[in-house]
Amino acid sequence: MDERPVSPALKIAAGLMFLFLLAPLLVVLPISFSGDDFMAFPPSSWSVKWYGAIFANSVMMNAFWISLALAFVVTVLSLGIGLPAAYALVRLKPPGAEALANLFSAPLLLPTIVLGLALLLVFAPMGLIGSFQGLVAAHLIVTLPYAVRVLSTALANLPLTVEEAAGMLGARPLTVFFRVTLPMMRSGLVSTTALCFLVSFDEVVLSLFMTGPRLQTLPVAMYNHVDQQADPMAAAISVLLVVLTLAVVLVVDRTAGLTRTFVK
Amino acid sequence: MTSLALSHTEPRRLGPLGTASALLLPIAVVNAIGFLWPVVNLLKMSFREAQASGALGAGYNLDTWTNALTDSFTLELITNSVGVSLLITVLTLIASYPIALYLHRSTGTWRTVLMVLVVAPLLTSAVVRTYGWIAILSDRGLVANALMALGMAEPPRLMFNLTGVVIGLTEILMPYMILALLSGFGRLDPRLEEAALTLGASPLKTFWRVVLPLTAPGMALGGLLCFVLAISSFVTPKLLGGGRVFLLATEIYDQAIVTLNWPLAAALSMIVLVVFGISLTLYARALRRIA
Repeated sequence: MDERPVSPALKIAAGLMFLFLLAPLLVVLPISFSGDDFMAFPPSSWSVKWYGAIFANSVMMNAFWISLALAFVVTVLSLGIGLPAAYALVRLKPPGAEALANLFSAPLLLPTIVLGLALLLVFAPMGLIGSFQGLVAAHLIVTLPYAVRVLSTALANLPLTVEEAAGMLGARPLTVFFRVTLPMMRSGLVSTTALCFLVSFDEVVLSLFMTGPRLQTLPVAMYNHVDQQADPMAAAISVLLVVLTLAVVLVVDRTAGLTRTFVK
Repeated sequence: MTSLALSHTEPRRLGPLGTASALLLPIAVVNAIGFLWPVVNLLKMSFREAQASGALGAGYNLDTWTNALTDSFTLELITNSVGVSLLITVLTLIASYPIALYLHRSTGTWRTVLMVLVVAPLLTSAVVRTYGWIAILSDRGLVANALMALGMAEPPRLMFNLTGVVIGLTEILMPYMILALLSGFGRLDPRLEEAALTLGASPLKTFWRVVLPLTAPGMALGGLLCFVLAISSFVTPKLLGGGRVFLLATEIYDQAIVTLNWPLAAALSMIVLVVFGISLTLYARALRRIA
């Protein structure tokens, strides 16, 4: 559309700023292959020993499995709670639907440091700190708004005619929903799943308030590790995390389209 | 609403309102338990009495608030946090503007590739990106080694101080700023620039008088977003500040987890929310002036 040639000055400025933006991700890869015992850049020798160190580190491995299980449970619950809510808000439009939608997305407006503290203060007396249930509840508060929003958009964009046709041909509402509506929402469901999974898997501030010494998620274990000693093992974990994120993004891109999902 | 929701064992007898209530009940419960109640409780907590042991007094009073608002440490904490966040916002805007403008002017696959590069950091954990900055800024990091190779005997300390926090947070907030700027660049019609250039304005003057004012709404949105995210971010200031940089967010965590002064942590949280409210009001006012 825009035929105006881009000036060289803008090109250079944009290039430099891109370098700045990507710098932390670009240095992590070489450091993860460091042969040094401490973090230095550039490393003085190369090896894959830090990747081996992850699998020998029981704290990190436990934290990884906890994060994986947590993200799975949180994603399933987000879909299970978010889908009926989105359906009710978009299709049944009860009075005050808009106010309710705002209320349900309100937790995202709260800074996580404030939300984390607020949850700590009510969960601590209930003995939920350092428990899996407490983590699930905390993560649900931030994944549900995403789930409801993405699923609502997906539902609102569906053509009603197919569902109406199925209804007129005698299909019961539940049958219409499961046989017609749900399959048509496939890309919205994939986006929601990926988004909830990544948000839960990456969440660190809420988790810092919710975890105890015995139960740590991977981002919390990494935070604690980097806080004490920023050795190359953290770089190796970072690389694996970036690869995992890329894999999820690729799956979403194939099934739903990346830009449609993450760039509104 | 409760009575309607309770009768969900007979779904076919429910009217549309009843079905809607039943479908919304789970999310309403999660929202009430995980959001409304904790926030109300947080406000109440700031009026509780803190005791040295970390226990809470029985009554409610204004002690925490009066202490927080007269103590020079907390006051400095607030002004520091606001100042640092403003600085980060301005730096983020300066660093993001060329990228956003370049993205706005590029097309096709190239634009998609660049877009992915902008969104990719957003999808990686703040811990990972902060760790990357430690690798660049630490005493044995990229910058220090490069400066030493160039002959500098003692490179400046870039980490465990405010410099590191500002550099790291600026980079971490750039994707939000770029996306906000892009959303506002729709009003930037290339024909207006061409007209200005044809009428004899220099490229610099065209940028200053045409491009910049037209993109002001995007700048305001990005500014609001970055300021709010900067003042509430915790991981980066904690790791790159190394416990030597005191900001509102890090102090909330320390008071809650280390010192166990919950009323003070709650009061500081409320102060963060007040700063949020003020910046939203200023944003709305700025937007009205631009439009």
